[in-house]
Amino acid sequence: MDTNGVVSFDVSPEDSHEVHVLAVDDSLVDRKVIERLLKISACKVTAVDSGIRALQFLGLDEQRRASESDSFVPSLKVDLIITDYCMPEMTGYELLKKIKESTTFREIPVVIMSSENILPRIDRCLEEGAEDFIVKPVKLSDVKRLKGYMTPREVRERSQERTSVEGSGGGVEINNKRKLEEQEISDVSSSPPSISTLSSSPSDSSPSPSPSSSPTSSPSVLASPIRRLKMSSSTTD
Amino acid sequence: MDGIVELQRQLIDYTASLFHEGFLDEQFNQLQQLEDENNPGFVVEVVTLFFEDADRLLNELTKALGQPSVDFKSLDAHVHQLKGSSSSIGAHRIHRVCISFRNSCEEQNVEGCLKNLQQVKHEYSLVKDRLETLFRVRG
Repeated sequence: MDTNGVVSFDVSPEDSHEVHVLAVDDSLVDRKVIERLLKISACKVTAVDSGIRALQFLGLDEQRRASESDSFVPSLKVDLIITDYCMPEMTGYELLKKIKESTTFREIPVVIMSSENILPRIDRCLEEGAEDFIVKPVKLSDVKRLKGYMTPREVRERSQERTSVEGSGGGVEINNKRKLEEQEISDVSSSPPSISTLSSSPSDSSPSPSPSSSPTSSPSVLASPIRRLKMSSSTTD
Repeated sequence: MDGIVELQRQLIDYTASLFHEGFLDEQFNQLQQLEDENNPGFVVEVVTLFFEDADRLLNELTKALGQPSVDFKSLDAHVHQLKGSSSSIGAHRIHRVCISFRNSCEEQNVEGCLKNLQQVKHEYSLVKDRLETLFRVRG
């Protein structure tokens, strides 16, 4: 699979404390900026130029991991997806929907960026499960706020993974489940709409590692970004 | 040593004037904050990408407005891109003209679009000149 659309890709070994963000934006300038904003905030970044590339990356990663001979391979997990709204072919909203409809990936928080402060658009994205909505241009303070969502969940997941996945058994189970998911994702990226949620694998409450499937975004978490955005819509920091 | 201090002062003054004249806005400050010893060329890198992007888009816009039948949707898409990238680097005046430009597109007003295109090209050449001067001095 070609990787023309992937601008930067961190290949350093997985650091259990570093947040890995997948950034999606069709604008090269914006990709450079968001990449730098994230890196300076101690995040690892993979930047791609389209929703299709983003899905490929998520699926591609699983494909690679599943084919490795090691019994337990730490997956290059994505802790956050930040995506532009207005993109050709697949909008950020459509990408959000695809991610939230996937049993494997729906736990990943998704943040939408847009140059336009359109309230119905914001509401629609939040309703679809977006963690937050950032009005461009993106600033350091916006990224700092995002890090606030990440750390607790990531730290919690890490500690759970450490305790429950000692041997290779749990790792293999994840990979198999994700391999099945990956087939679904690659179908999705080639042909448009209608995804049916994969239900062949054991549900979200699978025994082994990271029972991190339960979404942590409670209504109160969602409410504060909305208020903050509505109040700060026209101010520049 | 005095020469260097004087130059630094001139650099500060020059940068300040770019903000006062509205060429640059707060977002440019953000970019400067993202630069450090590990990434010394960041601002120049991003602004250079912006110049390349803008050159391409202005070409597209000129071509599009030269068509016998103007495709306003495509025109608007290009202006939207230019608006976005100019905003991301803090090129305030260009960003402002793009907003008017999008309105002209929405109204399908060819004359208005042609005027806006001229304005954008003008603002672009001004800010490009200013920034290139800035980079020559500051590095």
